Amino acid sequence: MEVRFASDERPPAWKIAFLQYVIAATFFGLLVGYWRLQIGEHRQYADLAERNRIRNLPVIAPRGRILDREGRVLADNFPAFSVLLMRESAGILSPDRIAGIARGLQLDPVELRATLERTASLPRFQPVLLKQSASLEDISFLESHRVEYPELDLIQVQQRLYPKLQVGAAMLGYVGEVPEEMIAKLGSSYKPGDVIGKFGIEAEYNQVLAGRDGMRRVVVNSRGQEVGVLSTINAQAGNDLRLTIDLDLQMAAEAGLGDHAGAVVALDPRTGEVLAMVSHPSFDPNDFAKRIDPKEWEQLTNDPMKPLMNKAIQAQLAPGSVFKIVMASAVLETGTITPDFIVNCAGAVTIYGHLYHDWVFEKHRAHGAVNVHSAIRESCDVFFYTMGKMLGIDKIDYFAKGLGLGAKTGIDLPGEASGLIPSPEWVERSFKHKWYAGETISVAIGQGAVLATPLQLANTIGGVAMGGVFYRPHLAFQDQLRALGVDPPDSSPHDFPLSENTIAAVKSGMWAVVNEGGGTGGAARCPGIDISGKTGTAQVVSQTLQQSAKSSEFKNTAWFVGYAPSEKPEIVVSALVMRGEHSTVAVPIVRDVIKAYFDKKLGPKTPANQMESQVRVLSQLTAPTPPGQTKSALAQH
Amino acid sequence: MTRGFRITDIDWFLLGLALAIAAIGVVEIYSTTLHSPLAGQYKKQIYWLIISSLLALIASRIDYHMILEQTPWLYGISVLLLAGLLVAGHTIAGTRRWLQLGSMTFQVSEIAKLIIILVVAAYFADRRIRAVTWGDLVKLGIFVGIPAALVALEPDLGTALTFIPIIASGVLFAGIRWQHVAVLCLAGILALPVGWHFLRPYQRERLMTFVHPTQNTQSSSYQVTQTKIAIGSGGFWGKGMGNGTQSRLGFIPVSHADSIFAAFAEEQGFVGSLLVLLLYFALLLRLLDGAQMAPDRAGAFLLIGLAAVLFFQVVLNTGMMIGVLPITGVPLPLMSQGGSSLLFTFLGLGLAMSVRARRYVN
Repeated sequence: MEVRFASDERPPAWKIAFLQYVIAATFFGLLVGYWRLQIGEHRQYADLAERNRIRNLPVIAPRGRILDREGRVLADNFPAFSVLLMRESAGILSPDRIAGIARGLQLDPVELRATLERTASLPRFQPVLLKQSASLEDISFLESHRVEYPELDLIQVQQRLYPKLQVGAAMLGYVGEVPEEMIAKLGSSYKPGDVIGKFGIEAEYNQVLAGRDGMRRVVVNSRGQEVGVLSTINAQAGNDLRLTIDLDLQMAAEAGLGDHAGAVVALDPRTGEVLAMVSHPSFDPNDFAKRIDPKEWEQLTNDPMKPLMNKAIQAQLAPGSVFKIVMASAVLETGTITPDFIVNCAGAVTIYGHLYHDWVFEKHRAHGAVNVHSAIRESCDVFFYTMGKMLGIDKIDYFAKGLGLGAKTGIDLPGEASGLIPSPEWVERSFKHKWYAGETISVAIGQGAVLATPLQLANTIGGVAMGGVFYRPHLAFQDQLRALGVDPPDSSPHDFPLSENTIAAVKSGMWAVVNEGGGTGGAARCPGIDISGKTGTAQVVSQTLQQSAKSSEFKNTAWFVGYAPSEKPEIVVSALVMRGEHSTVAVPIVRDVIKAYFDKKLGPKTPANQMESQVRVLSQLTAPTPPGQTKSALAQH
Repeated sequence: MTRGFRITDIDWFLLGLALAIAAIGVVEIYSTTLHSPLAGQYKKQIYWLIISSLLALIASRIDYHMILEQTPWLYGISVLLLAGLLVAGHTIAGTRRWLQLGSMTFQVSEIAKLIIILVVAAYFADRRIRAVTWGDLVKLGIFVGIPAALVALEPDLGTALTFIPIIASGVLFAGIRWQHVAVLCLAGILALPVGWHFLRPYQRERLMTFVHPTQNTQSSSYQVTQTKIAIGSGGFWGKGMGNGTQSRLGFIPVSHADSIFAAFAEEQGFVGSLLVLLLYFALLLRLLDGAQMAPDRAGAFLLIGLAAVLFFQVVLNTGMMIGVLPITGVPLPLMSQGGSSLLFTFLGLGLAMSVRARRYVN
């Protein structure tokens, strides 16, 4: 057999030696590389490894609920999911990834990019909120794409829920994302995506309602899935806030105002507690709880009837004849006239060379001989024109302001309007001309520059009915605020001295408005309830212009402010119907609310209770809810 | 030619080095797969290790000339098997690399690698020349090119690349003219665009990532970033066994297989990296030492081929972990989990011992 492979001519030794050197040099190079990474740059990589595995997840604190005075829920929370971008694990997102995320979560890519730019300067450990109230599709997208998008995470949040939808919306307000300028403010603890109250009670008592968010440090794997918890700072839930609102009265007021644009305010004149506050047209605050659709927002802000305005405290309109109560109190208290002083009304009167019409003039009628009692009852303009001339603007100004007009009532709601009581100084300051004596005559019947809000009128009439004692209107109970560590404003009443005779005369006039023949508020009469009040029909523009323009924009404002019982009032209600044409539109609204109050006081059946029992029946019919849940759901109502 | 068996015939030093590295590998496989669906894989690795080292001992007792004589047969069978795989191979993760034998899967390319070493050694054993001719280059190119192409088609570019150091070391040690080297280099450069055309998208991406590391934040550069974080965060002493967060939480892909060295460096730190790299270094020097003392040309080429391929794999694998070399799917010999690779390496080492045992013959 041929011997193969037996050659002893081996490759030259120098080549093997050379290869050994090459190997030695290469291994030395490798070791240098490992040295650099493991010793030179160890700190930096250790930090990166920690950031890889540790994720700081916010634990969103539920906001406190808002309850009515009997503990019925006006604002609640429900569990929802938010999508967060964990920027520590994200690095710099490529445009492709941003587009992919936008597609997966059904977000507008432009908006998403804007969000990312806006939050670029924030510390990287802070997650960025990408989407609130994630849908089932969003959640399944996230779960199925964890490998591709490990930087996305879901957290459970408590989202605001207003179970009564539009009821009391303008008063309750709404929540939304904290605005950027608040985040930018020095020492601000807000971060993007935080929810704060933006309007109404939600804004006024944000400190009470807002909880303190917690934080969970968790270990995640490369897919962003949680595999362990390092530490947890629990979220502190916000405090529940009980309001003075009575849901039954609120519902009655909502129903009474119906489709009219306007407002209703019910106060307890003995305390200043607001029992009901309605502003129509309303809106659904639930739309704001998640990021509101820009189109919807535009629609709400462009609506000429301003649904986002709380008309009960923000609509400033001429009070019209309701102002005559201020006038009557002033002339009697100053002794300008006595209760039996007679003015003869011929349907119009010439003062300072100008003819002033009474409201009955267009019906070719006149009030004839009137004293203060019948002038209030029939709302005689001529009588009060005369009073205006006799009293003078300075005294009108003094009394109107003393009785709570022309200044904020101080209610615990943001954005209250102060109304306006014109004075010569004000005219000079604002218009740079002297006060025309004729302006006083218009002011005397609540026209001209006089402006008041529904809340102010309820407060003024309620205060007069109480004998000149005015309590600051409020929605939160003082005791509760003190218990929550909030300093409530001074709750002592403000007294405006009016003599008993004055009070008696004015109140008898207001009683006559409802209860005597010829009274303008006869429609408020209600068997078994002793109601008094004052109507008002205020012009938005001058009568001549009104006749030429038939547009509803210039229709008269209808007012009625009523209280009951006449002797010792427990409730005062003011109703404003914008473009209501005549005060008779406003009268039944007040009557209904007062009736609801006394029905509830005297009998157990109330509209809200009835609704409650219906809900109970329904929940029993749809049985398979766990018993614990049903119980708690009922307990909330 | 025959004489009695002596205990010193076995290269205990070489075997000890290989077993030490393999044992470290088993421990790291245990550590990195603990609490994962792959827990228990280390046992399989131990079985393979026992079988492989026994086969290595047997191989060391066989005269390597006998095996070299069988080279044509072995070569033919391996090419047929590789071709057969492409037609009817067991597909795992989109590649046809595995031959199914009962419940075992076997990576044919690993054994083909050993056979290529034999082919090159056998070829040069009979050619006593000062420099290879064009004819030699073409013949070798075809011999090695066919299985290499079949492996690349599986696709397993990483293993196909490991054939290059075998042929390159053979040619360099046989002697080659500078003109030939220049022409081959030029041809290689010209072939690059063609080769690019045949690369799969993920392979192109890996190359691009290596050239522009910051361009791609996910996938392949993500892998490099994560292995670098693992290694760097290990520091001097390491995080300790079972505490490597990068590997345990899945940030390093296949931390028990191709990326095992990153997982190891994370848990054992620079001290560990240094130790293992020194073990490999000693192993390679021992092989070359054997080549120096080989009784004949065939034995020397066999050892040089084995040393070259192991050197290539160790450097490529540990280098890509720290981002100095592009990512290719090359396992770390002896450490990475995988029976076929272990078997190939130990059989090669067995042959190396066989060569060394015959150093006094003749």
